[in-house]
Amino acid sequence: MSLLQVEDMTHFFGGLRAVSGYRLSIAAGEIRGLIGPNGAGKTTIFNLITGIHTPTKGSIRLENRSLIGLRPHQIAARGLGRTFQNMLLWRHMTVLEHVKLAHYAQLKYGLAGAFFGTRLCRAEEERVEENAHRLLETFDVARFAHQNVTQLPYGVQRRVEMARAMATRPKILFLDEPTAGMTPEELVQMIGIIRQIHSEFKVAILLIEHRLKFVMELCQRIQTLVFGEVIAEGTPEEIKNNPQVIEAYLGKEEVA
Amino acid sequence: MAFFMQNVINALQWGSFYALIALGYSMVYSILMLFNFTHGDIFMTGAYIGLGVATALLALVAALGWSLPGWLLLVATIIISMFITSLLGVLVERVGYRPLRSAPRASAAITGLMIGIILEYGNLALLGTQRLSFPELIQTTTYSVGSVYFTNKKIFIVVVALLLMVGLHQFIQKSRWGMAMRAMSYDFPIVPLMGVSLNLIAPLTFAIGSALAAAGGILYGMAYPVLDPFMGILLGWKSFVAAILGGRGSILGAALAGFLLGFIEIFTTMVFPSTFRDLIAYSIILLILTFRPYGFFGQAHSTQLRL
Repeated sequence: MSLLQVEDMTHFFGGLRAVSGYRLSIAAGEIRGLIGPNGAGKTTIFNLITGIHTPTKGSIRLENRSLIGLRPHQIAARGLGRTFQNMLLWRHMTVLEHVKLAHYAQLKYGLAGAFFGTRLCRAEEERVEENAHRLLETFDVARFAHQNVTQLPYGVQRRVEMARAMATRPKILFLDEPTAGMTPEELVQMIGIIRQIHSEFKVAILLIEHRLKFVMELCQRIQTLVFGEVIAEGTPEEIKNNPQVIEAYLGKEEVA
Repeated sequence: MAFFMQNVINALQWGSFYALIALGYSMVYSILMLFNFTHGDIFMTGAYIGLGVATALLALVAALGWSLPGWLLLVATIIISMFITSLLGVLVERVGYRPLRSAPRASAAITGLMIGIILEYGNLALLGTQRLSFPELIQTTTYSVGSVYFTNKKIFIVVVALLLMVGLHQFIQKSRWGMAMRAMSYDFPIVPLMGVSLNLIAPLTFAIGSALAAAGGILYGMAYPVLDPFMGILLGWKSFVAAILGGRGSILGAALAGFLLGFIEIFTTMVFPSTFRDLIAYSIILLILTFRPYGFFGQAHSTQLRL
């Protein structure tokens, strides 16, 4: 059975068809890739599934429950985590605070509980603190726990963002160009981190990427999106040799 | 020197009102990028709610034949009124602003002004034109150090205002809701993707801002007991200036600028005739804003949605 099932998803921005008849079925623990040239609609697909936009048409089901019409925070609480192309960290908040706040939906105590410092509140806060520190260790950012994110090197910020996404306890994680702007060394490290997340948290991953090598290395299956439509789907090997994909990426061979 | 110290105390009291109101403007702005122009009238309504609660408590205590100390009644009045006024804030957010969240900011600003007018004239229709005066819950006692005189009320006002600000600071720094507010103030569209509901944080922000304004209203009523349905207009605008001066969205800035405004106004009257007060005080502030258009702690940042 698939964890996330998207059927026939279509979305218009005004008169522009951004996504057309998109289908996706990801099983628990799978790593999928979504590639395609700029403006193909990859991030729009992420925004549609995570509830930032509601698709004009189509169905989205997570563990067989529909996500259509739910608000972004509800979808996040159902087990869908994500990172962003340009990271969107909260300036002036510390690394630890980022990861702690992402536990928000798991906390059950209310305002009154916090005001009077009930046992439930203290127990839960303790658990969050502990869990946050463990995540920081996992992503190798523990030594920056009390620093503001803006002061940190780019690669470290990327890892903080992943720690934040994992703190929401996703069953499926959407990564939007996690290697954008990275040096080759950081890129190798990122492959290691994604493998580690995958094996340690048993999470399914959907990855948007520009660097084909990176996607080919990590993903079991890859979809290629052009102008909002999937033109090819298959194993890395199949995608690499697909003439339509080559055309989309390199342009048509001119006949002299 | 004594004259100077005397004015410092007056400025602290006067600044407390501005600071408490300015916090509400700043908190709402930091999260929703919206100036809540109803806020001055929420301050006014808070003062009237305080008057109602105080009168009811006095009647209740008299009916039961208890004799409770005045300060206890005062603290109870502040807490109960803050709670009731926070519900008004939630209502304003729900009815006035939430439907306009994706509308142009000008629509929200106009709506805020209109709700303010409704509160002013609703009050006038309900309570008539006679001016009500705030019941005196504690007797005024005057102390002196050397030749500087101050009353127990002035101390109470400044201490309560400072306590509320410290409490707010703790809430924003330590609690999960406060953390969510801070996160939203940097990038609000993505915070829900981390599992935080905007439709919980936004009303909570209005509730807290309104509760602080209510506290300000009651403290104001202690110092200047005659209430008036239009008392929130000028005080609201001036506190709005304080919120801008502090830096849009900066909580610390709003509090400090509130007190600074109090100091500038009071000290202007030390030198100039009191009719010149606002003319000179606000010319000084205009000059400050010319050199620091984003205020003391504000930052120029884009409000564009980036995902």
